[in-house]
Amino acid sequence: MLTDDMKRDLLAELAHSRTSQSACIEAMQIVQRHLGWVSDETICDIAEFLDMTPEELDGVATFYNHIYRKPVGRHVILICDSVCCWIMGYRGLREHITSRLGIDLGETTKDGLFTMLPIQCLGACDKAPALMIDGKLYTDLTAEKFDMLIESYRK
Amino acid sequence: MNEKPLTTRFRPDGETLTLNEYRKTGGYQALAKVLKSMSQAEVVEVVKESCLRGRGGAGFPTGLKWAATGDEGRHPKYFVVDADEMEPGAFKDRLLMEGDPHQLIEGIVIGAYATQAEFSIIFIRWEYAEAQKRLRHAIGEAYGNNLLGKNILGSGFSHDLHLHVSAGRYICGEGGALLDSLEGKRAIPRYRMPRSTEVGLWGRPTITNNVETVCNVPHIVNNGAQWYKSLSRSVDGGTKIYGVSGRVKRPGAWELPMGTTVRELLEEYAGGMRDGFRFRGLLPGGASTDFLIEEHLDAKMDFDSLQPFGSRLGTGTMIVLDDRTCPVGMLHNLEQFFAQESCGWCTPCREGLPWTAAILKAMEEGQGRPEDLERLKLHTVYLGLGNTFCALAPGAMEPLQSALKYFHEDFERHITEKRCPWR
Repeated sequence: MLTDDMKRDLLAELAHSRTSQSACIEAMQIVQRHLGWVSDETICDIAEFLDMTPEELDGVATFYNHIYRKPVGRHVILICDSVCCWIMGYRGLREHITSRLGIDLGETTKDGLFTMLPIQCLGACDKAPALMIDGKLYTDLTAEKFDMLIESYRK
Repeated sequence: MNEKPLTTRFRPDGETLTLNEYRKTGGYQALAKVLKSMSQAEVVEVVKESCLRGRGGAGFPTGLKWAATGDEGRHPKYFVVDADEMEPGAFKDRLLMEGDPHQLIEGIVIGAYATQAEFSIIFIRWEYAEAQKRLRHAIGEAYGNNLLGKNILGSGFSHDLHLHVSAGRYICGEGGALLDSLEGKRAIPRYRMPRSTEVGLWGRPTITNNVETVCNVPHIVNNGAQWYKSLSRSVDGGTKIYGVSGRVKRPGAWELPMGTTVRELLEEYAGGMRDGFRFRGLLPGGASTDFLIEEHLDAKMDFDSLQPFGSRLGTGTMIVLDDRTCPVGMLHNLEQFFAQESCGWCTPCREGLPWTAAILKAMEEGQGRPEDLERLKLHTVYLGLGNTFCALAPGAMEPLQSALKYFHEDFERHITEKRCPWR
């Protein structure tokens, strides 16, 4: 079910879209901000709202990596695995996170707090390795720095 | 006169420039001048004369692109700014948007006026959250001060600007794929003809320019084409934001004359290699450019000078390979990226890239076979220009073909020793 809040945001988006379909990527992002992910049911609701078929919308949803078609944890860690970070210590950092949180890429901690996903180059190549938590960029990471950082997200 | 027009206004504390600060230092004067005293053709002409070439990687002359928006009667027209900076190694557009968002907005409105576009869209990547925040604020300031919207500065010219936040995928940087994404579709490249300048977004004439390209425009209008050309040390006009990353002493980005040499960037600006690391090679313009090695260091970083060495300027943000990093491992990382980012539309790219990545992975794990080198070489041909629907796979082959040439021994050692010598 789309709530009134969501519908209001969707209508604002539609106001400057030439066709209703052209708002669909932003529409899914809006709903995801409210619900955390995009379920099959949500796909049907948004599709109906935008006058698309669910299949059409799902085709778009599954193309883009920032549309989550599975539930994620409360905080999403996006770890950059592109070439500069790879040179500057991505593998060590990732192994550290895995041992620290007990999750590999694509997994969520048992308490539902953290999901770790790979991400393409974050554009912080001069400050590699880098990662992002809930859309906030962190750079020049070390194992120690990560440990301090992750504690602040537990609170 | 100012030799670093794009970055000179940046605040030392890294905070964004407000509208007031921008205006105090001459901001929006170019827009006022254009709207008051220049015809559309005159703006296109000065940009043509300036030899400004597209900073997204392809280097197409901006003035020519602007002149090609097709017949007068087809409206609305769209002006799209590609802020989907996803080339691994590139971070210049982020700096420009965060540091001075009004410079970009002013460039957009001038570009829109020159091409008579009613609407513009900044297509920005999801991950650039800070840039989005600053741009949103700046766009609000511009609307509030009659620099966007109806009857801009009393000129009769109206223009609307919208910020579109993408949901990911490298392929959105391909011109046609970006337009598909804006139309709410899977981002699949389009046929090259007709050109998007004639049939683009929603079938309308559409100009797509890179962020850095557009940021140059107000300065060209203010100071003239001759001044702009004089900033450069090559035939291409202006400055360039260059970047260096990898194991160098001072990784970073600098605005320098177009045509600054690779050596100057690497040694003077980035401070050379970190202690204990030796230089082996570099990708001059992001992940999809060919390696350069020691003997190429005196080459100029501009659109034409790198071609004799089999490479290209790309985004101008270089990635350095050191002697303690495995070149085969680096190539595996690169090809894995391209395989993952293939849109899957054409067979050579969809099938060939994962195969390439799998061969490199096997080599890294000591499973490489002697025939693999020949197989990789064949891929660089079959996935090369002319055999695929867009430039993604050919771009992916650029670092591979040059690595096979310059680091041949390293590939062979993986096979003969049945292990990665760096592990």
